[in-house]
Amino acid sequence: MKSPDFSYVRATSLDEALAMLADSEDAVILAGGQSLVAALNLRLQAPELVIDINHIPGLDRIELAEGKLRIGPLVRHAQLMASAEAARALPLIAQALPHVAHPAIRNRGTTCGSLAYGDPAAEMPACAVALDATLVLASRDGTREVPARDFYDGLYETRRAPHEMLIEARFPAAPEGARAMFAELAVRRGDFASLGLAGQLHLDAGAIAAFDLVAFASEPAPHLLTGVAELALGQRPDARLAADLAQAVAEAVDPLESPLATPAMRRRQYRALAERCLRDAMELADA
Amino acid sequence: MPDDLIRFTLNGRRIAVPSTRGHLGDLLRHELGETGTHIGCEHGVCGACNVVMDGRVTRSCLTLAVQVDGAEIETIEHAGNDRCGAALQDAFVARNAFQCGYCTPGMIMTARELLSENAAPGRAEIRDAISGNLCRCTGYQAIVEAISDAAEALRETADD
Ligand SMILES: Cc1cc2nc3c(=O)[nH]c(=O)nc-3n(C[C@H](O)[C@H](O)[C@H](O)COP(=O)(O)OP(=O)(O)OC[C@H]3O[C@@H](n4cnc5c(N)ncnc54)[C@H](O)[C@@H]3O)c2cc1C
Ligand code: FES
Ligand code: FES
Repeated sequence: MKSPDFSYVRATSLDEALAMLADSEDAVILAGGQSLVAALNLRLQAPELVIDINHIPGLDRIELAEGKLRIGPLVRHAQLMASAEAARALPLIAQALPHVAHPAIRNRGTTCGSLAYGDPAAEMPACAVALDATLVLASRDGTREVPARDFYDGLYETRRAPHEMLIEARFPAAPEGARAMFAELAVRRGDFASLGLAGQLHLDAGAIAAFDLVAFASEPAPHLLTGVAELALGQRPDARLAADLAQAVAEAVDPLESPLATPAMRRRQYRALAERCLRDAMELADA
Repeated sequence: MPDDLIRFTLNGRRIAVPSTRGHLGDLLRHELGETGTHIGCEHGVCGACNVVMDGRVTRSCLTLAVQVDGAEIETIEHAGNDRCGAALQDAFVARNAFQCGYCTPGMIMTARELLSENAAPGRAEIRDAISGNLCRCTGYQAIVEAISDAAEALRETADD
């Protein structure tokens, strides 16, 4: 299909983009366009004004400072994937990015665009919730910071107001020895997942000192599994623990009905997926 | 676009066309008659519309025509002009890596980027690279073999 009619402007500075966002009733930001232009073509969205931010200088920076990795709004998925610094600081993101769409889409699609859009099946929002990232939102009136853990309300619903732009995602760098947990079920690599798990654990003197795990894609928004974390903390990793935690994951998730699987089937899929990714993260041999 | 023209470089030629609200794929095909770029789904899923924009493979259906003002675009019409594109075209013919040919332009644009970054990709890497390109005819095996053959041919002739 073809997109509906809209006005297009190319912003040349952040202030200009924020002023246009504030002045229009019905404006949207165009970042990578990999979700927005698809939605326009399908006529799922019909904004009055499309504000192209791709020509604003300085928005494509990845910076590591004071233990935080800062990702600017024009950092493409492919650029983040190619950054050795980002891969060291955020092993979970490094593991998840190859599952985000396909090369041509990663060349254009931005990580902040994905975080702002809040697709329930997207990997980056799940990673941001797991890693307790901070999202920096700017408007003409100033900036505010929202923890990713408070940002996602439901299907494509976030705490971002229409006149706000996500100008930075700030992730705490993983502590030495942190291990990523990531697994998803998708028809093909790069397709949106039907269910997935993203998280990180950290051992101290052989016991689990930090454990954050998020279920995504099967529910309207990323779901931080706090009950599972309580069971994991202080325990020593072994096969028995992996199996118990996988069972706890299956009980904690609340999967929606889908044409492909009943909630009961999805819980079983979660248990298998969780056991696999927990064993990997705990570096246990295959069952 | 002060005068409402979109100015860009297409396959090395400077172009100026009246602004349209559609996507780049339609601009290429309808306004400029460059029909090598194929349009399948118009929502990013099939990859038939892949072109190179400012050096990176890009979905032309997910790029607004107005976005290419000032950009450099390369399409399948131009891809055979370099060693890598030509090697891929030869290998696709030799391996019968297309039947209807609808997916082929997008496959070649995608494979060309893969081979520019990785001179000796394994079968799994090739499959991963073309995961965003759908083919309804071949079952992919011949395409994977063709890309692998092209990589080998390019390695063999690398220093001549
Ligand atoms: C075939 C296909 C498969 C895909 N598969 C996956 C997948 O498996 N996993 C996955 O995670 N994603 C997938 N994607 C989506 C892709 O990752 C998108 O690029 C990403 O979700 C959105 O980023 P973008 O920069 O393209 O945003 P755009 O499309 O430009 O924008 C998307 C929305 O977010 C808003 N927005 C963008 N940036 C900002 C900002 N800085 N501040 C405020 N609002 C903003 C826009 O206004 C728009 O409403 C897929 C896309 C396609 C077409
Ligand atoms: S037409 Fe662009 S991806 Fe299908
Ligand atoms: S050859 Fe027909 S779609 Fe690939």
